[in-house]
Amino acid sequence: MTSSAKIRRYHAPVWNEPVIMELGRSGERGVAIPKVEPEIRRIVGSADAHIPSEMRRREPPHLPELAQAHVLRHYLRLSQMTLGMELNIDFGEGTCTMKYSPKINEELAKMIADVHPLQAEETLQGILEIVYRFGHEFLREISGMDEFSFQAGGGSEAVFANACMIRKYHELNGELDQRNEIITTIFSHPCDAAVPATAGFDVITLYPDETTGLPDTEALKAAVSKHTAGLMVTNPEDTGIFNPEIDEWTRIVHEVGGLCSYDQANANALLGITRAREAGFDMGFFNLHKTFGSPHGSDGPACGAVCVKKAFAEFLPVPVVTYDGKKYHLDYDRPHSIGKVRGFFGNVPVVLRAYAWAMSMGAEGLRKTAETSMINNSYLEKRLLSIRGVGKPFTTKRRVDQIRFSLQRMKEETGVGVLDVNRRVIDYGIQSYFLSHHPWVVPEPFTPEPCETYSKADIDYWAAVLEQVSKEAYENPDLVKSAPHNSSISRLNESALDDPEKWAMTWRAYLGKARRKAVSGV
Amino acid sequence: MVHPYIPNSVPEVTEEMLREIGVSSSEELYAEMIPDRLRLKRPMRLPEPLVSEHDLKRHVGEILSKDGTCSNHLSFLGGGCWQHFVPAVCDEIARRSEFISAYSGENYSDLGRFQAFFEFQSMIGELVGMDVACLTTYDWGASAGNAIRMASRLTGRKEVLVPRNISPERLAIIKNFASSARASGRIGVRSVDFCLETGMLDIEVLKKEMSSKTAGVYFENPSYLGVLECQGKEVSQIAHDKGAECIVGVDPISLGVLRPPAEYGADIVCGDVQPLGVHMNCGGGLAGFIASRDDPRYVGEYPTHLISITGTEREGEYGFGHCRYDRTSYVAREKAKDWVGTETALWTIVAANYMALMGPKGMREVGEAIIQKSHYAAKLLSRVRGLRIPFSSFFKEFVVNFDKSGKNVQGINKALLKKGIFGGKDISREFPELGKSALYSVTEVHTKEDLEKLAEILRRVVG
Repeated sequence: MTSSAKIRRYHAPVWNEPVIMELGRSGERGVAIPKVEPEIRRIVGSADAHIPSEMRRREPPHLPELAQAHVLRHYLRLSQMTLGMELNIDFGEGTCTMKYSPKINEELAKMIADVHPLQAEETLQGILEIVYRFGHEFLREISGMDEFSFQAGGGSEAVFANACMIRKYHELNGELDQRNEIITTIFSHPCDAAVPATAGFDVITLYPDETTGLPDTEALKAAVSKHTAGLMVTNPEDTGIFNPEIDEWTRIVHEVGGLCSYDQANANALLGITRAREAGFDMGFFNLHKTFGSPHGSDGPACGAVCVKKAFAEFLPVPVVTYDGKKYHLDYDRPHSIGKVRGFFGNVPVVLRAYAWAMSMGAEGLRKTAETSMINNSYLEKRLLSIRGVGKPFTTKRRVDQIRFSLQRMKEETGVGVLDVNRRVIDYGIQSYFLSHHPWVVPEPFTPEPCETYSKADIDYWAAVLEQVSKEAYENPDLVKSAPHNSSISRLNESALDDPEKWAMTWRAYLGKARRKAVSGV
Repeated sequence: MVHPYIPNSVPEVTEEMLREIGVSSSEELYAEMIPDRLRLKRPMRLPEPLVSEHDLKRHVGEILSKDGTCSNHLSFLGGGCWQHFVPAVCDEIARRSEFISAYSGENYSDLGRFQAFFEFQSMIGELVGMDVACLTTYDWGASAGNAIRMASRLTGRKEVLVPRNISPERLAIIKNFASSARASGRIGVRSVDFCLETGMLDIEVLKKEMSSKTAGVYFENPSYLGVLECQGKEVSQIAHDKGAECIVGVDPISLGVLRPPAEYGADIVCGDVQPLGVHMNCGGGLAGFIASRDDPRYVGEYPTHLISITGTEREGEYGFGHCRYDRTSYVAREKAKDWVGTETALWTIVAANYMALMGPKGMREVGEAIIQKSHYAAKLLSRVRGLRIPFSSFFKEFVVNFDKSGKNVQGINKALLKKGIFGGKDISREFPELGKSALYSVTEVHTKEDLEKLAEILRRVVG
């Protein structure tokens, strides 16, 4: 199959923009603050008089001094040198569900910009209604779970809430001393391993069947014991492989007294198709900033919507939004609650956008979302596997929402690997793709996820870019290895990033190290 | 229908793609992957969709029209989320397509995002007086929890001291971070009393609580109750004498006028940047931060993203990248320094904008305005019969005690609400030792008239 898409000429914006501390000049200012009335000044006196001397700032912070237009210009230039999803065919960032976030939902989110989360309940009835209905009308039907919390500010924090609930459950049963192992799989998100470790669990990581890539049920059987606190897994896994024995997995874990938590980060192609309840999970979460259309925001703000079966609702973080048939409430009176993972009652604007997105979809639209994502994925697979050097590890044929491909063959044949190709695809105006979390079980991995908001033409174009880069790798490997060529900057000095003598997380540290270097002449 | 967000829902396109895949329907694909017993065999029962954005806006607008906001009310709520002035440029940048729709692109294609992150770290570093700072985290509570775990790893000790006057919500978050499934992993959280006369930490109690098990002392400036903790130097000295870390939580909007915590001995600083140009967003505006000295021991313990500046092949050109990425959970899984996830990077960028707009002068003036206005408010309220302001040295927030009015805060706030005022947060249950009290937040957004109106209505309500 050859691609028909014509590759367009592209160059990233080059502004050669200084660091903001280098801009402006002393005395300039970007904004004036609200006035303090003369009478207040007269009656209260100077601010300094109200600060004990040991708490007074002696030297002003070395912040930049710029006029407003110049601050705006600087950050607009930085924005231009950021290849957001809305500017490009961005599905290379797999596991991230880079779908289009409708603009109308931003308009709606603005309506609660100046709402304080501690306002009296009677002044929050509208937003509480939306939070409650999103849980009880949408997530309840989509997941089959019963109760919800939107407090976690991201997927990993939702895993934390889940881990804390598992901990609380065993603690109340008097078994926590015995049950301190969480089981996960290597192709689940690494937070399913890292977060339970923070919660004090030992982590057992299962590897899939080497041939099929299917999660290994025998390995699970060997891993469970009286020490098992719980299972925390993604399904489908990051390979796009759906575990067809997932209900057997939850049964095995329940049999030894463990709980099962479902990381539904990869749920996009399963909406209306299969659910957490039927798979036997006790709890889990959805990423509202992925599956439910809230924007990714350069890496948050986000929301991990925690879902539990009724039996575990008592452990949810407080407050929980409840409804008595007339009014919505923030319920703090839950003695077995894990307490809190984040301030107040949720990342509410994210929930509002998710509600709006789901309302714009309805049952049919959600199902269409799922089907289209899956079809797009299989179609992309067809395109990519016709490209020289691209392989699809594991024999399991069908994949749900994404596939972890491999450029191992290309690497062997040309010396060009995924890191090189990743720096080259951006020369054609598409965002760098997601490779894989570590360790790279799949060699030279990359993981695109062509979710439902991309067109067939988008997929064809993306595949055409990869085909072009593959051609370059075989004909002129140095061109790919020395990429990027059309980027905002040339190749980074990466060694400095891990060198305590050279790294600098702040401008002041950078200047200090440069000065020391100048003095020592090294 | 063909959905506006799903281009390939055009039936001919679906058909064409299925043909290329070599199957007749999506059902055929699903059947190959998901066993029948796990399938949902009925359509989901969901509300009728509102596909038109106009209809959707009407629908959501009607629901939200029931709510009050801090724009159409006069609000004195704080307690971890505060109403501050948000420059229009911050809003403009917050909704830039490029930033709002980006996620985790690499150093070249997302250069601007990386540079903005570095600039944020640089400016927060200036405010707190530290050489290292990270991207914003979930919130102050998570940052404090992370900082305490860093201190525990740095010292190999399992106990931390926190002030009794900490926000109970933040304490609840810290406790989840400190707790562990294994007894050996548990970090004990011990509470240090505060002095009821000054609102500051009780140094004698602190000294008594300190031991060779103490990993760190955590305190806040200003405290949750708004009080300035003037004993920072003593506290850090006491911590350091016992080989413990000194962790300070700050409200960064105070740092144009208040002393940077590094100057009174902080080893790790944390806080929330929501006051720096981020709307309250009903709690969605929270975003924590962590800062420290530039010491590889400390850098190695951060769980969060740290962006370093570096050079490129071209002379005089800057590049940016992750520092010690091997620390993070993306690489080290359960051996990582706790975890990093999708947190609040858009607020990192917005807060960078805010600090750049404000500059040293703006930060000084906003701090002064907050002090003058909040102290003016306290002065007015202290003259209302039945009201008492127990702590006189504060920034932005102050406790108002209503014991002598004979009324409780709940009733008072109800009466205020009728007049369009959100009274201060009721802390009577959180701090019974302070009696019937509320925490009032007064910032630069309040006018003299607002504050006089509050005093006048309170006079009528309690009178």
